[in-house]
Amino acid sequence: MEELIEKLKKEVIAQLNLEDISPEDINPDSPLFGEGLGLDSIDALELIVLLEKNYGIKIEDPKDGKKIFFSIRSMAEYITENKK
Amino acid sequence: MESLITSCCIIRDNKVMLNDRLIYYQENISKFADFAKSVYKQANISYPKFYKMDSVSKLGFLATELVLQERTIAGYLPEKVGVVFANASSSLDTDMAHQETIKDRSGYFPSPSVFVYTLPNIVIGEVCIRHQIKGENAFLISESADAKMICNYVNELFDNDRVDACICGWVEVLGGQFFSLAMLVEKPEHYIPTDGIIKFLPKIFNVEHVNLFLKPN
Repeated sequence: MEELIEKLKKEVIAQLNLEDISPEDINPDSPLFGEGLGLDSIDALELIVLLEKNYGIKIEDPKDGKKIFFSIRSMAEYITENKK
Repeated sequence: MESLITSCCIIRDNKVMLNDRLIYYQENISKFADFAKSVYKQANISYPKFYKMDSVSKLGFLATELVLQERTIAGYLPEKVGVVFANASSSLDTDMAHQETIKDRSGYFPSPSVFVYTLPNIVIGEVCIRHQIKGENAFLISESADAKMICNYVNELFDNDRVDACICGWVEVLGGQFFSLAMLVEKPEHYIPTDGIIKFLPKIFNVEHVNLFLKPN
């Protein structure tokens, strides 16, 4: 799980062009949106693309997004449970 | 009464000219994004959203940012500041980047963050968000840099009392080539050197002067 979390941090930084942020700056349990990394709605769409492109996971119900993308750890847990 | 160009930034040929001074030069540029990032850092700008912008927005944002580092618009009502930019290729540079993400049906992953920039006027939105500008805006398209078109449009805004100040110019990026001219235009009665030091001698906002800025050195 920890390995996947570190990989995800790098992927999120690259996918969202977070050039001023390094993997060490991201607390895997902090919220990604709002107070955390301050991501916006377009970033949310990019994270959906990231899951599909890199892990083959398609989110069928948009309502699940809030829970899945709460933090890097919640993303990693969802990937572990659903990776094909 | 004619308006004045009170601050002016030209970015082209690997150079950044701000109010007649060369403030940045990079001999070899492999990618526009790298050049833009270097200018951003040199100018001590802190605005992480910059990294997410497309090339046209980065270029227009940087030129505007530098113009407003020399002349503030803080004294104006947000509704009385306009933004008028123009170019020749619209958002074609970004349109092609978007097309790259959708051309292969087996790897069909359109990027939302690229797609949102497939309109030329997004650069104006970025500038307005950054500087809380709420006045008239327009993005004009013409085959080549057209001083008359820009002057006519902006002067109409001043003549009809729609703006007290206007950021305007040319923002063109295509295939690695780039050129931006950003000018702050103000009514003469609003022009007071903020610190008593004249860093840039204002020029009358007319076709002749704008053509001088648009002309390659």
